[in-house]
Amino acid sequence: MNELLSEFRASIVSTVLIAIVFCGAYPLAVYGIGRAFPAKADGSLVILGDNVVGSALIGQPFSGAGYFHPRPSAAGRGYDAANSSGSYYGPLSKKLIDDVTARVADYRRENGLDDGTPVPADAVTSSASGLDPHISPENAHRQAMRVATARGLTPEAVQAKIDTNTEGRQLGLFGQPRVNVLLLNLALDGKR
Amino acid sequence: MDIYGWIELVLYVALLLALTKPMGLWLFKVLDPQGKTFLDPVFRPVEKGFYRLMGVDPQSEQDWKRYAFSLLAFSLVGGLLTYALLRLQHRLPLNPQAMGAVPDHLAFNTAISFTTNTNWQSYGGESTMSYLSQMLALAIHNFTSAAAGIAVAAALVRGIARSCSKTVGNFWVDLVRLHLYLLLPLALVFSIFLVSQGVIQNFKPYTSARTLDNGAVIQSIVQGPMASQVAIKMLGTNGGGYTNANAAHPFENPTPLSNFFQMLSIFLIPSGLTYYLGKAVKHQRHGWAVWGAMTVLFLGGVLVCWGAEVHGNPRLHAAGVASVPGNMEGKEVRFGVFESALFATITTDASCGAVNSMHDSFTPLGGLVPMLDIQLGEVVFGGVGAGLYGMLIFVILTVFLAGLMVGRTPEYLGKKIESYDIKVCVIAVMVLIFDILCFTAWAVSSKWGLAGLNNAGPHGFSEILYAFSSTTGNNGSAFAGLTANTPWYNTTLAISMIVGRFFFIVPVLALAGSMAKKKLMPESAGSFPVSDPMFVVLLVGTILIVGALSFFPALSLGPIVEHFMMIKSKLLF
Repeated sequence: MNELLSEFRASIVSTVLIAIVFCGAYPLAVYGIGRAFPAKADGSLVILGDNVVGSALIGQPFSGAGYFHPRPSAAGRGYDAANSSGSYYGPLSKKLIDDVTARVADYRRENGLDDGTPVPADAVTSSASGLDPHISPENAHRQAMRVATARGLTPEAVQAKIDTNTEGRQLGLFGQPRVNVLLLNLALDGKR
Repeated sequence: MDIYGWIELVLYVALLLALTKPMGLWLFKVLDPQGKTFLDPVFRPVEKGFYRLMGVDPQSEQDWKRYAFSLLAFSLVGGLLTYALLRLQHRLPLNPQAMGAVPDHLAFNTAISFTTNTNWQSYGGESTMSYLSQMLALAIHNFTSAAAGIAVAAALVRGIARSCSKTVGNFWVDLVRLHLYLLLPLALVFSIFLVSQGVIQNFKPYTSARTLDNGAVIQSIVQGPMASQVAIKMLGTNGGGYTNANAAHPFENPTPLSNFFQMLSIFLIPSGLTYYLGKAVKHQRHGWAVWGAMTVLFLGGVLVCWGAEVHGNPRLHAAGVASVPGNMEGKEVRFGVFESALFATITTDASCGAVNSMHDSFTPLGGLVPMLDIQLGEVVFGGVGAGLYGMLIFVILTVFLAGLMVGRTPEYLGKKIESYDIKVCVIAVMVLIFDILCFTAWAVSSKWGLAGLNNAGPHGFSEILYAFSSTTGNNGSAFAGLTANTPWYNTTLAISMIVGRFFFIVPVLALAGSMAKKKLMPESAGSFPVSDPMFVVLLVGTILIVGALSFFPALSLGPIVEHFMMIKSKLLF
């Protein structure tokens, strides 16, 4: 019996010690060393004057014609950065097909595309997190004319902004070419 | 299936291969109580301090029953701690968002989930948990359950390697050494890398941002001590996200590079354990043969999943969506289709369960792969420790079947496999299958089970089957449309997690004890070779046959019929 009790003593003491080292000292050490990257450790926030306008890593809603639009979001009521979520619709979900069909029609109308033009997949599907900060370069390209018209710019000038704000594959291999919507829109506003 | 994907896949396997030996050698030192490492000057005194305060004699060893008792007692204490902390989080510090107490059935489910290395989450992290709950109540198990899993694997390997031994090691020594010499240094280095990529680590309240398009729209942005938790959730194959979206969240996994190393970190320790096995039993080629079988199954899964997702959803194409690059519903632009399919396969081959895309929205065959990976027992590299001991159960079954075929007494690495050993192996395998299928059957025939569905038709069935597979397999990923935060699901899924963890570990330790007692016999010409390609083929075949026989009927009702409906009918649900 004493032997079994000694197992519980070891269990309790080891749990306390592990809590101190691994749930106290370790996260604090990461916090301390992480101060070497303060902007990143604090959320890559984008600050204009006294205002935080968002995070470079977190998508946010845009609906004005003069701004590039992000992907559809299933986080909360859309881009709720305290409630990340996908749509969780299966491939044969009627809600998925209805939503996408409506978004395809909207996207074509807003951007002056013919009925037969295929719409970029990322433009009409929800991301996994609901906070995807990126769109594909094709998606940005399809929106360029609308943005140019709304801002009284030439399409070439807008396309040039897209090109300078397109990130390639990391180290030439990893990930996909992509455009950060918030950073691109800031560049259009001349705030970046 | 573009060239970048192929190059990345080759690079991934090559790096994993290159890391297997150094990781295995390191594990061999850590799991030897007398092992010397360059970290000794720092950690040796800490290690001794742990033993003294715990009242443990590091020189003594335990038989399998005592080893199992220590593990169960330790798990019980950790689980109770988590339950208490979650219930009381509203009264505890480090709660800037004023999160309320976690409801009882959810706290029960979550405590069991993290204790069992499952990290199934019936809640959204950023809307439920205080910083203290994240750091302490949850993240403690990311370390402890990982170490416990590796300890069990080590006990089994010792049982196989030793001759006429009553003991299989000392749980407390394994536990402390794995924490200090393995998990802490790896997690520390990896966290710093993650911060450099943009993973947050702070204690600030959530940030309120005035959005650019309309300054009246305020976006509340999650904050907290995330990097320290993300690093160990991957390395320890726990998988519990800091946020609801897990590794799909741009803060948890900001760049393609952070994504690549998160994928590598999932397989790092499990892959090293195959080398540890070879070294410990003094038959290095056997370790590599096990690695080879795992890699074959891994590559098969990746290619099917990737192919299905690239092919995409013809229903969406018909609605006017471009067919390239493939199915993007529930995926992030920075990862695209390939890195989502690769991550999904890795996280379910291992018992990790972190996700960088939503498996619920995969095409039917793309979603079948992660589900089948889990149902095969997560033996393809698998969870830390759990993958190796699960695989060794299949190795012994393979040796047994091969012995039956040629009519010889089966023998594994100089040990006779007897009826007791086969019985415990079969118990371990059967209990899991039984649990998954019975609970799924109950769920689909009860109103409580059907109440949580987000999708109707065969996909709804898949959501339920996936949930019980994931919890029983201690994976923790989900077809997350299922609303599992109900008393019925929280309870039944918690039972599945307990069954999947402890009704597997105890038979494994019994096997370890039985193997340790046996006398090692020299290999003879009649011994079954366990390191040649024939063995790899038989092992892969055994795993696939057991998995397929058990789950093919259930899979037919879910993803398989859904696939044919997708391509051959106009039905929607």
